[in-house]
Amino acid sequence: MHVIESGNVAAATGVKLARTQVIAAYPITPQTPLTEKLSEFVSKGQMTAQYIPVESEHSALSVCIAASSTGSRTFTATSANGLLYMSEQVHWASGARLPIVMCVVNRGVGAPWTVWNDHQDSISQRDTGWIQMHACDHQQILDTVLKAFMVAEKVSIPVMVCYDGYLLSHSYMPFEIPKQEDVDRFLPSFSSDCKLDPEHPLNQNTVTLPDVRPDIHGNMSPGYMEIRHNLQQDLICSLDVVKEVEDRFKGIFNRGGSPFIESYLCEDAEYVAVCMGSLSYQLRDVVDQLRNDGQKVGVAGVRLYRPFPNQAVIDAFSGKKGLVIFEKGISYGNQGPLFTDITSALYQVEERPFAHNYILGIGGREIKTQDLLDTFRKSIQSGRKNEIKTEWIGLKL
Amino acid sequence: MGQDNFGKMKSHSEPGPGDGGKTGSWRVKRPIIDLTVCIPAKSGKVACFACWMYCPDGVITRTIPPVIDYEYCKGCEICAEECPVNAIEMVEETQFADKEG
Amino acid sequence: MFVFAFDMETEFIWEKHFNNLTTNGNQMQQSTIQIRWHGRGGQGAITAAKIVANAAFFSGYNGAVMIPTFGTERRGAPVLTSLKISKEKIYDLSPIVNPDIVVVLDYLLLEEKGTLDGLKEGGMIIVNSPKTPEEYSYGHITVATADVTSIAESVGLKRGIVNTGIIGAFSKASGLIGIDILSEKIKDEFRDIKPEENAEAARLTFAKTVVGGK
Repeated sequence: MHVIESGNVAAATGVKLARTQVIAAYPITPQTPLTEKLSEFVSKGQMTAQYIPVESEHSALSVCIAASSTGSRTFTATSANGLLYMSEQVHWASGARLPIVMCVVNRGVGAPWTVWNDHQDSISQRDTGWIQMHACDHQQILDTVLKAFMVAEKVSIPVMVCYDGYLLSHSYMPFEIPKQEDVDRFLPSFSSDCKLDPEHPLNQNTVTLPDVRPDIHGNMSPGYMEIRHNLQQDLICSLDVVKEVEDRFKGIFNRGGSPFIESYLCEDAEYVAVCMGSLSYQLRDVVDQLRNDGQKVGVAGVRLYRPFPNQAVIDAFSGKKGLVIFEKGISYGNQGPLFTDITSALYQVEERPFAHNYILGIGGREIKTQDLLDTFRKSIQSGRKNEIKTEWIGLKL
Repeated sequence: MGQDNFGKMKSHSEPGPGDGGKTGSWRVKRPIIDLTVCIPAKSGKVACFACWMYCPDGVITRTIPPVIDYEYCKGCEICAEECPVNAIEMVEETQFADKEG
Repeated sequence: MFVFAFDMETEFIWEKHFNNLTTNGNQMQQSTIQIRWHGRGGQGAITAAKIVANAAFFSGYNGAVMIPTFGTERRGAPVLTSLKISKEKIYDLSPIVNPDIVVVLDYLLLEEKGTLDGLKEGGMIIVNSPKTPEEYSYGHITVATADVTSIAESVGLKRGIVNTGIIGAFSKASGLIGIDILSEKIKDEFRDIKPEENAEAARLTFAKTVVGGK
């Protein structure tokens, strides 16, 4: 069934279809309508989940951690400073290997106070050990929530589903709501082999000494370093799982198929624009216009930001003449984080494209299609020259 | 294709004696249960077991009477604090040192 | 399951009109009809645009997106939302800069800064106003008026509820989407708050909308 609804409703619908069992979230703009919709689903009996009201984001994720530890399918959502307020627990959830799914409705981070969109919030949580997926439209938001649960539960790693605040969260567009029976076929119920159970008491994530030591049965139990190494190994291996899940989803719903990089007209392109989120769709119109002018250009939207799909980046971009990387976030004091990741992946490639880095749309600054067009043209004309400095576009100084 | 054994290193441990070595030697005071006051011991019924419930090291049995494993009891006094009838007394270890050598 | 309930003839008229006004534009703009809605906080402009987006989609426009521009609005302050409709999927979610149509829920907003900004030559203003189109003069812009405030009150809506009536004016003046499917979507949206009255406000406004010459 097709509906026209907001991106937040698309996310809530995905959470409902996934038969999520426990939800704890604290409202924050622009995520608020998502949690409101979920509480409405629960209060109207359209969903059988426990909706646990909390007094802060830190508590929201703490509740999810506890609930997930008992083996239930668990969801939360937040934005910007809310995400930062739960940051300690964000690290905990991945270290504890709990398959929580969290929507991050991307918003700029204060100070100064802003409620509008950029990617600084989720980018700042890049190194927490979570999987980070980015959605570009409402259909992808809903679909990605479903895939996120499956990936998270297969690899025992929590997943952030990121989508642009306001641009996607509060805009309306058509999307298809899949049938519950198809979702059930796609996503089996969650079972954990290491959960809290009164019949078999155990301690989880207590102080773990620097070195390994025997457990009560005399078997060697891992130290902190082994456990963290295992998280890293599993994140790298989860790239395969993300791909498998995408294929499985496509087999059932006949949608998707590009879990790492979603390309538009990149096949024969000489120059490719790269970015994350809804901007990669806006850039399609820019690419169309440049193609009309005879330029061989394409756009690539990075859908999976962590684990970073290094091989997919190499496959997609080696042999290109140039990359124009647009970002709504920055590693202050250095450069755009996506730029760092992409250029680092391409370092080992002999025929490297040049790469230019542009920061834009910070704190909801309007991204004009004309500015994108001008910038893309300028980058192409500047020829083969790498520029380490980042340039901000749309600035009014 | 990749691995299918994910999350095999989760930090968890089962409660039981010995996880931290023989911790009885850490003890300064020893909990002694007065079986004439202890509820299950006195009544002969499955009752109370607050000491068993609260012992953070799981060294008290849920039996009639409850039995404390002094090889591992660290002497934290929680059982004595929680006992609703004050049946548990904390006795200085020095008083046993001579007798036990 | 699409419902093709709109008048093929009016659509044809619009497409001819629309093609005329965008012949100088580029291909991207040609395929998308851009409608900017201006109201005041609490007036329901966003809900109105959402209903139209819904009806557009179910009338066969596969691209129907509505992107509100959120400021620090409060009740009474000017608000705007961008509605883009197209036969193809729409990828650009930036606010409308050069609208084909501007829909104004309160004629006093015509005086406000920004309301008519970027309106294309040969474009259209649809305004809730007690005046006739002839009383306005905006060069090569078509003006359509309806006294939505009075019409809505006459069918039993509370004074000031104009967001369903204006949809009727939009349907009549633009000819883009039929009044039947719009009424149906109004009833869906307002199923708990006077669905019949809200749909009737749209129908009656449709009948009473006056479209001026250029």
